[in-house]
Amino acid sequence: MNGITNEALILACSAIGAGLAMIAGIGPGIGQGVAAGHGASAVGRNPGAKSDVTSTMLLGQAVAETTGLYSLVIALILLFANPLLGKL
Amino acid sequence: MGNGLGILAAKEADFMIHSLVKFNLFGQDLYLTTTHVSLLIICVGLIIFGFVARAKLKVIDGKPGGFQNAVELIVEMLDGMVHGSMGKNGIPYRNYIGTLFIFLLISNISGLLGLRPPTADYGVTFPLGVITFFIIQINNIRYNKFGAFTELFKPLPFLFPINLIGEIAVPFSLSLRLFGNVLSGTVIMALLYGLLSNVAIAWPGFLHIYFDIFSGAIQTYVFCMLTMVFTNNKMPQNN
Repeated sequence: MNGITNEALILACSAIGAGLAMIAGIGPGIGQGVAAGHGASAVGRNPGAKSDVTSTMLLGQAVAETTGLYSLVIALILLFANPLLGKL
Repeated sequence: MGNGLGILAAKEADFMIHSLVKFNLFGQDLYLTTTHVSLLIICVGLIIFGFVARAKLKVIDGKPGGFQNAVELIVEMLDGMVHGSMGKNGIPYRNYIGTLFIFLLISNISGLLGLRPPTADYGVTFPLGVITFFIIQINNIRYNKFGAFTELFKPLPFLFPINLIGEIAVPFSLSLRLFGNVLSGTVIMALLYGLLSNVAIAWPGFLHIYFDIFSGAIQTYVFCMLTMVFTNNKMPQNN
């Protein structure tokens, strides 16, 4: 442990943190899959309403994607604009 | 900047905002960045398009031409979108939503034109979210009067902090959604081009179709739609 500088430690932990932050991608994946599945079954029952169902589904999916994007933003901040390095 | 990518990338992956001109104003260091240049190009392009469309509208003699048909199609589509989600309440907001839609759409797909998308800069999307926030709250106060405040204490008084956060979080969630989507597309394309350097010729085009056109159009639609839905929720429903 003697050869590790403070900066290297912070960078390494930030990389691990960025990876951990992206675990949040599971949630939007499941949510979007559920929305798409229900959208498909809705179109199956009522094929006439395909365009309405599709636009509603895409809107819901885009909203459900938000939490995943928050984690993406955090991961990108940790990797490329690390605020912790300034505290050394 | 970009140090973490040095091992992976054959050539430096470039998706950061670069400062082009630095100047000093009132003791603050300010920068003209690539975002400003992209914004300027897009705005000038849209303004020229607007003037050309306006000038072409003047020559009405019998049948409208092909260009006028295309412009009318765009305008009718945008008006229909506003009418579809806001009804009669939406009439004063057609201009704003239409402008927002066209601007965001061109901004999001400007990655295809070789520009860095302006919406991949939080300084561009956050003001748009703040404008939406003010539109929502002004309508809230105009139509609900004092009810705008008492609404925060429903259904139970101790939920006040949560309701307040829910109101304040709107601009952040709107702007972060747009920013995150466009930025992730920009970063992934830059990583791909950096990683593959000379191998990436023509074939990443289908990724451009997904990240730039599909994702950009969806996020534009979502931003406009959420603005309209939130605004409409604060208005009287009489249609």
